[in-house]
Amino acid sequence: MKPLVTLPMARPAPEDAGRFCLPSVEQSFVIGSISSPVGPVPLVGGRLGWQDRLGHWRVRWNIGRDRFRIEPGLYGMGRPDRESPVVVTANYKLSFDRVRQALTGRNVWILVLETRGINVWCAAGKGTFGTGELLDRIEASRLDRVVSHRRLLVPQLGATGVAAHEVRKYSGFHVVYGPVSAEDLPRFLDSGWQATAEMRTKRFPFFERLVLVPVELMQGLQKGIVLAGIFLLVGGLAGQGSFLNAALELGGIPALAVLTGVAAGTVLTPLLLPWLPGRAFSIKGLFAGLIPGFFQGTWLAATGQPPLRLLSSFLITLALGSWFGMAFTGASTYTSPNGVRREMLRAIPWQWGALLFGVGLWLWSLF
Amino acid sequence: MRYLDEVLSLELNHERCVGCGMCAVVCPHRVFAVEAGKAVLRAREQCMECGACMRNCPTGAIFVEAGEGCLRAVINELLGIDGPCC
Repeated sequence: MKPLVTLPMARPAPEDAGRFCLPSVEQSFVIGSISSPVGPVPLVGGRLGWQDRLGHWRVRWNIGRDRFRIEPGLYGMGRPDRESPVVVTANYKLSFDRVRQALTGRNVWILVLETRGINVWCAAGKGTFGTGELLDRIEASRLDRVVSHRRLLVPQLGATGVAAHEVRKYSGFHVVYGPVSAEDLPRFLDSGWQATAEMRTKRFPFFERLVLVPVELMQGLQKGIVLAGIFLLVGGLAGQGSFLNAALELGGIPALAVLTGVAAGTVLTPLLLPWLPGRAFSIKGLFAGLIPGFFQGTWLAATGQPPLRLLSSFLITLALGSWFGMAFTGASTYTSPNGVRREMLRAIPWQWGALLFGVGLWLWSLF
Repeated sequence: MRYLDEVLSLELNHERCVGCGMCAVVCPHRVFAVEAGKAVLRAREQCMECGACMRNCPTGAIFVEAGEGCLRAVINELLGIDGPCC
């Protein structure tokens, strides 16, 4: 059911926004161009090459993640014409690749918004994947001349930043929210643009948590290695004999405790999330720290370390497990900002208290 | 999975609601349902305060304190810094 007339309204916009602009065809994943009423539009395929896959692997390990972006604007797949659907996404290349992969073999336009290399959901939370950018990009791509219909398929998670009724009011384009996940796009398109309740729900299954682990681990290690290094340095200076021996013998124990804590928070917490006790991620991280912390303690006891150092490393592991477990709220799909604030205000004094107490016990054990 | 729900800010104003159902469409946790021409909170405890419902409510019937939930954002806020998030 189309409305008879939708009059686009004037909207306050920055001076340069909406200036005609198509993305360059000189990008590694572009395989040609399509002639359109507004000029040559870059053509992309649905199959990913090895460079694409290498790029995905790199960003999953937190390498160059903020530079993994493509030029925003209009792209085409297959042989799109004036009737073809327009699918909107972000200019994080991983997001864009997931979309074109899902749309393999179809004739569609893909409108890429400038989100500075951030995925749809996070960018929508920041407002960069938002009403303003969508309106600017429609105008900059002269979309009203490329297609004859007035319908945009926007990912459901983009709704945090996009107000469908405002897009309609200012551009005349009707926003239809598609499925949460790009891989459901074919089913959505084939069922007459209808999403099932399941397609509209964001879950957090094991595999999705697993792929997040490397980034969490790398970010955790960046901080953990500094802390572990300080322990080794102090241990090396405090001990007698060679620096290296003393560093490993005295500093090695708390340094190991740090790495164990980082692993508990960034690997075990995501993987075991539904089965760890508690709702707060700081509690889940604490329990995740208990498991390796226990083995670590048993091993240290077996090697004849004094109880003071056992307790010290146990506290350090638990504190960091809880802290990095809590940090995983940022990547989770169901935690609320108010909940995170509440949890942080409660947990941070305990986490820092345990860490400082653990460090204090270790220092004491040196003398 | 359920998170800390006692501090959730989500509010729905039944008088303003016109029953368009956009909130039920955009919510990724099926918090809303439309019953007898009005939106109802069928699972408020599942809310993650993403703000999609508020943004897409044409009559302003929904309020939620939406924001970024990552640690950095909260630390910046607590310290009063206007820094980058993730």
